[in-house]
Amino acid sequence: MIPRSAPSRELTQSTPAKQQGALAWLHLDLPLISGLVLLCGFGLIVLYSASDQSMAQVERQLIRLGLAFVVMVVMAQIPPQQLRRWSPWLFGAGILMLVAVLIFGHTGKGAQRWLDLGFFRFQPSELMKLAVPMMVAWFLSSARLPPDWRRLLIASLLIIVPVLMIAKQPDLGTSLLIASAGIFVLFLAGVQWRLIAGFVALLAAMAPALWYLMRDYQRQRVLTFLNPESDPLGAGYHIIQSKIAIGSGGIYGKGWLNGTQSHLDFLPESSTDFIFAVLAEEFGLVGILALLAIYLFIILRGLYIATQAHDSYDRLLGGALTLVVFVYLFVNTGMVTGLLPVVGVPLPLISYGGTSLVTIMAGFGILMSIHTHRKLLPT
Amino acid sequence: MPESSFKDHVRESRTLTSRVIISATVVLILLGTLVLRLAHLQITNHNHFTTLSHENRVKLLPLPPTRGLIYDRNGVILAQNLPTHSLEITPEQVRDIDQTLTALAKIITISEDNLKHFHRLRKQKRRFDSIPIRVRLNEREVARFAVNRHRFPGVEIQARLLRNYPQGESMAHLVGYVARINQQELERIDTSNYAGTSHIGKTGLEKSYEDVLHGTVGMQQVEVNAMGRIIRVLENHPPIPGQDIHLHIDASLQAIAAEAFGEKNGAAVAIDPNTGGVLALVSKPGFNPNLFVEGISSAAYGALQQSDDNPLFDRALRGQYPPGSTTKPFVALAGLETGTITYTEKKFCPGFYQLPKHEHRYRDWKKQGHGYTDMEKSIVESCDVYYYDLAHEMGIDKMSRFLRPFGFGQKSMIDITGELRGLLPSREWKESTRNIAWYPGETLITGIGQGYFLTTPLQLASATATLATHGILRTPRVVAQITGATPSETANPLQPEPTRLPAINQKNWDDIIFAMTQVVEGMRGTARHIRTEEYRIAAKTGTAQVFTVKQDEEYDAETVAEKMRDHALFIAFAPVKDPQIAIAVIVEHGGHGGAIAAPIARIIMDHYLLDDKPLTQEDQP
Repeated sequence: MIPRSAPSRELTQSTPAKQQGALAWLHLDLPLISGLVLLCGFGLIVLYSASDQSMAQVERQLIRLGLAFVVMVVMAQIPPQQLRRWSPWLFGAGILMLVAVLIFGHTGKGAQRWLDLGFFRFQPSELMKLAVPMMVAWFLSSARLPPDWRRLLIASLLIIVPVLMIAKQPDLGTSLLIASAGIFVLFLAGVQWRLIAGFVALLAAMAPALWYLMRDYQRQRVLTFLNPESDPLGAGYHIIQSKIAIGSGGIYGKGWLNGTQSHLDFLPESSTDFIFAVLAEEFGLVGILALLAIYLFIILRGLYIATQAHDSYDRLLGGALTLVVFVYLFVNTGMVTGLLPVVGVPLPLISYGGTSLVTIMAGFGILMSIHTHRKLLPT
Repeated sequence: MPESSFKDHVRESRTLTSRVIISATVVLILLGTLVLRLAHLQITNHNHFTTLSHENRVKLLPLPPTRGLIYDRNGVILAQNLPTHSLEITPEQVRDIDQTLTALAKIITISEDNLKHFHRLRKQKRRFDSIPIRVRLNEREVARFAVNRHRFPGVEIQARLLRNYPQGESMAHLVGYVARINQQELERIDTSNYAGTSHIGKTGLEKSYEDVLHGTVGMQQVEVNAMGRIIRVLENHPPIPGQDIHLHIDASLQAIAAEAFGEKNGAAVAIDPNTGGVLALVSKPGFNPNLFVEGISSAAYGALQQSDDNPLFDRALRGQYPPGSTTKPFVALAGLETGTITYTEKKFCPGFYQLPKHEHRYRDWKKQGHGYTDMEKSIVESCDVYYYDLAHEMGIDKMSRFLRPFGFGQKSMIDITGELRGLLPSREWKESTRNIAWYPGETLITGIGQGYFLTTPLQLASATATLATHGILRTPRVVAQITGATPSETANPLQPEPTRLPAINQKNWDDIIFAMTQVVEGMRGTARHIRTEEYRIAAKTGTAQVFTVKQDEEYDAETVAEKMRDHALFIAFAPVKDPQIAIAVIVEHGGHGGAIAAPIARIIMDHYLLDDKPLTQEDQP
């Protein structure tokens, strides 16, 4: 037995080493890519069930995932210094396109989000998910950190302007994600705690004004969130059915393909925004803990990459992009479990749909680029 | 400068690391919150949500039972369930509804009303529900659609069962009808057993035997999706169909009896004295019970209700008529049994009767009088004066007490609901209900079956059957047998024990029955023209006054309006030696019983006793 096992051990050791070499050559990060592949695989299994065993839908998602991975690999090849140089231009182009959307935008599902370029439709707000943190990181890292109050004010404007433009489309979910990406950059840049406290206080004071600015359907969502049973057949229906799906799943779930809530169409949007409830119904708490563990691993890896980054720009951008993924996760799961109001944010890399998938994977590509292009610190 | 840059770099890196650690902590706290929330939903409230999920997807569908059938004694169907066809459209399966409707209208008549109704229903129903566009298609239409079926995806012919009464008018009161369940009935019935049932027995046997005929509802547990569409059947409990009932009634006898009335209104009841089984229960005029099943139009219902002939009124069970001279055999028997008179004792009839010290003349129907009259002659010729005197001598108390056991003034307890009790006058009755003393004159007219005395045709027939059996009163029964899907369900409805009347001298029975045979066979018998060589009949005619003739006036059938004319009555049983049938016939405003009512009874008896070929299933249209 022993002589036989010796060569095989050698074999198993050599294979990862080879892969490591290929990954390094492609500027990819093994832990991160392992987590992502695991997550996407899990997502496809759940999607197969959520889409009522539609292989066609799974194939379409697979194609999107493939495209997103390609984008990730491409992004990983671009050195962060290059991204840094492009940041203001990208941001400027994004703002122009947002203006264009507000003027010529294509309306879909009651909101103007799309820019129809003839051959394909493009959502500039997706670009801004990357462009805003890049711009803020570029701006802040061009001077000493933490920023003084004047630079902080300008940085805030860089965030607020696109956020307001997107909120006006209206797309509450995306504007929330972009705002948080910008704010994470500020937070990571070391903005003083008293300023953060002041900001939170200001936000609280502005809440009534925010209510006034909200559209009817947005107000309704907030009201429904506060008391879903007030409107069991209308707006509250989503939340109630979602909670029933999750709760009835129990610890071990009803089993793959056996979720009655999703298969009998009680659960709305079961393959997109509410796919988490399908997972909870069929795989139970155990399945969810497994999913959350993968997410946590990816997020912690992203944060680790940020701490190891070469310069301030890389650190701020990497940290912010990672934390945005968590915002996606928490806003989506919070909505599905009834902790937060209904906001149209997908479960990252699991929900069916392409646009945000590409953006998120592009973000991970940037993270890998940051990690693989870093140089050793001068000693 | 590089020194400071490096310091900056380290400081910035350290700040960032600390901020990242804070962020990671917040991430962990929030994920912990999420996990707690999930544990709250999936562990603490798991049972609650499991129940809700189950309620979401599982629905109970009632499966209504098929209603039991009603047969006559020979197996002729009196009530059945016929499939009726309706044309239904399932919108989600139809590409262009308007175009489909236009094309359909070319092969099947579709009215404006049909279309309006369809569009209204379409708004209320779900896309996968089928919506009727036309109901009650005839066979031609069904066939025409079947040929063109391939052109109409999503359009289908639906069959459902509708109660039908093939005998129509002649059985309308007896069998009754079913119609849609109304609010009052909904409060009374076991709604779970009627889930899915739309109709309920309203009158007649359909009402009286509702519990037997209806059956037990079945249940189907189905899984539905959010739109309510059935995905699959989880459990199936088939319904138990209602039991069939088999009657003593002879449908052909009933039809012949009804026909014998011609245009006249009235009732005929025939009973088998040996069993109490009701052979015929006719109320004329009848009505078409099939109109009520699918809902009668208010115009048609109004016409039935306001008709002077009152066709909805069940005369056999609810019509209360003065028995007139048909009372005489019973009163004569009372005279013999109470020792008031003997069979041969004669009374003189001058054509009228006067109470001692009274001016009022109680007339005989025969103005010139019957002369010396014994009991036999009094029955054969129906002498009134004889009974005025007999009643006067016997007194109301004895007479009333004697008549009661024959069933007068009481419900017969027949197995159809709704019968009335009639009225047997007595001193106690008058004093308790009217608070007026009994007058001697009232005794006289009670003796000839007038005054307060009221009987239903059913009571008269039952009392006649009691004469035929020499005093055995059997509760009249319509239903002979109840049968179910399995032999074990077959049951004979409880037949009450017959009651034996207080002992009556056998000779007295023979004398009275002999006198009754002379009504038909005697030279001066009031029903002599129905005499037959085939069998012997014991009978009594009667004429019940509707209109009181004043002291100095004469009753002239010609001048009295039809509505005021006397009711013709007739009771009979045959054959005398071994009675098989006892009959009571009442013809409203028919005039003299012997002339009008007796022939109807003869037709019924002839058919029952002589025609041994009953109407069978094959003779059905």
